[in-house]
Amino acid sequence: MKYPVKHVISLSVVLFLLWLGLSGHWTPLLVSLGIVSTLLTVYIAHRMDVIDHETYPAHMRLLMFRFWFFLAREIIAANIDVIRRVFKPGKNISPQMIKLPVTMETCLARVIYANSITLTPGTVSVNLEKDSVTVHALSIEGAEELRSGRMARAIPQDYVEE
Amino acid sequence: MILIEMLSWLFIGAGALLGIAGGIGIHRFPDFYSRLHAAGTTDTLCAALFLIGLAMQTGVSVASFKLLLIFAFLFFSSPTASHALANAAMLGNLKPYLDENNADQQP
Repeated sequence: MKYPVKHVISLSVVLFLLWLGLSGHWTPLLVSLGIVSTLLTVYIAHRMDVIDHETYPAHMRLLMFRFWFFLAREIIAANIDVIRRVFKPGKNISPQMIKLPVTMETCLARVIYANSITLTPGTVSVNLEKDSVTVHALSIEGAEELRSGRMARAIPQDYVEE
Repeated sequence: MILIEMLSWLFIGAGALLGIAGGIGIHRFPDFYSRLHAAGTTDTLCAALFLIGLAMQTGVSVASFKLLLIFAFLFFSSPTASHALANAAMLGNLKPYLDENNADQQP
C-alpha cells in the first residue's frame, strides 16, 4: 500500500458527507445505502490505485484557507480594475506578453500558481513550462504586479509537498 | 429576515451588473486575448456574487450545499478552461495585440 490508511478513512468520510449533502436523506435505509455506495466508490478508487497525494490532496487541508482568502481579495481587486478599464473611454488597455520565472518545485504548486494567475481577471497564463510561465496581461500595471512576485510568494509551498 | 432578503438581492443585482459589464468588455476590447480578461470577470466575481445571493435565498439547506459545490467546481474549472483557450490560441500562432510603448516585452 503506497498511501497511509488515514487517507482511505478520510476519503470515505468526505465521500459520505458529500453523499449526505447531495441527497439530503436521513432515513436509516437510505443512509445505509449511502454507506454502501461510499464504500464501493472507495474500493474502486483503491483498485484503480488513484488514492494518492495528487488526486486526493489531504495534506493541503486547512492551511490552504489563508491562501484562498488572499486569492479572494486579489480577485475582487482585479475585477474592479478590469471593469474600470471596460468603461474607461479611449485607450484603456496596454496588453503585455511577459515571461515569469516559476520557482515552485512540485507540479501541484506550479499548477496552483498558473491557475491563480488565470483566476485573477486581467492576467491569463498562456503557457506553463518547467521553469517559466508565459502570461498575457491586460495592462502594464497588472504585469508589474505579477513581476513583483507577491502572488508567487503567497502560494503555500510547504503544504503542497510531494 | 428582510435584511437577508435585501442583501441577497443586492448580491444578485451586483452580479448581474458585473455580467453585463463583462459582456460590454468582450465587445470593446480589441483582440482575443484581451477579451479573455473581460470574460474572466464574469467567470469569477459575477458568478461568486450570484451564488452567494442565491445561497442567501435558500438559507442553510441541501440546496445551499449544492451551490457551494458549484462554486468550488467553478473555481477549479474556469481558470483551466481559460488557460486551455489561451494556450490553444498561442499554439495556433494567433498574434496578440500588444502595447507598443513597452520596450521589454517578449514574444
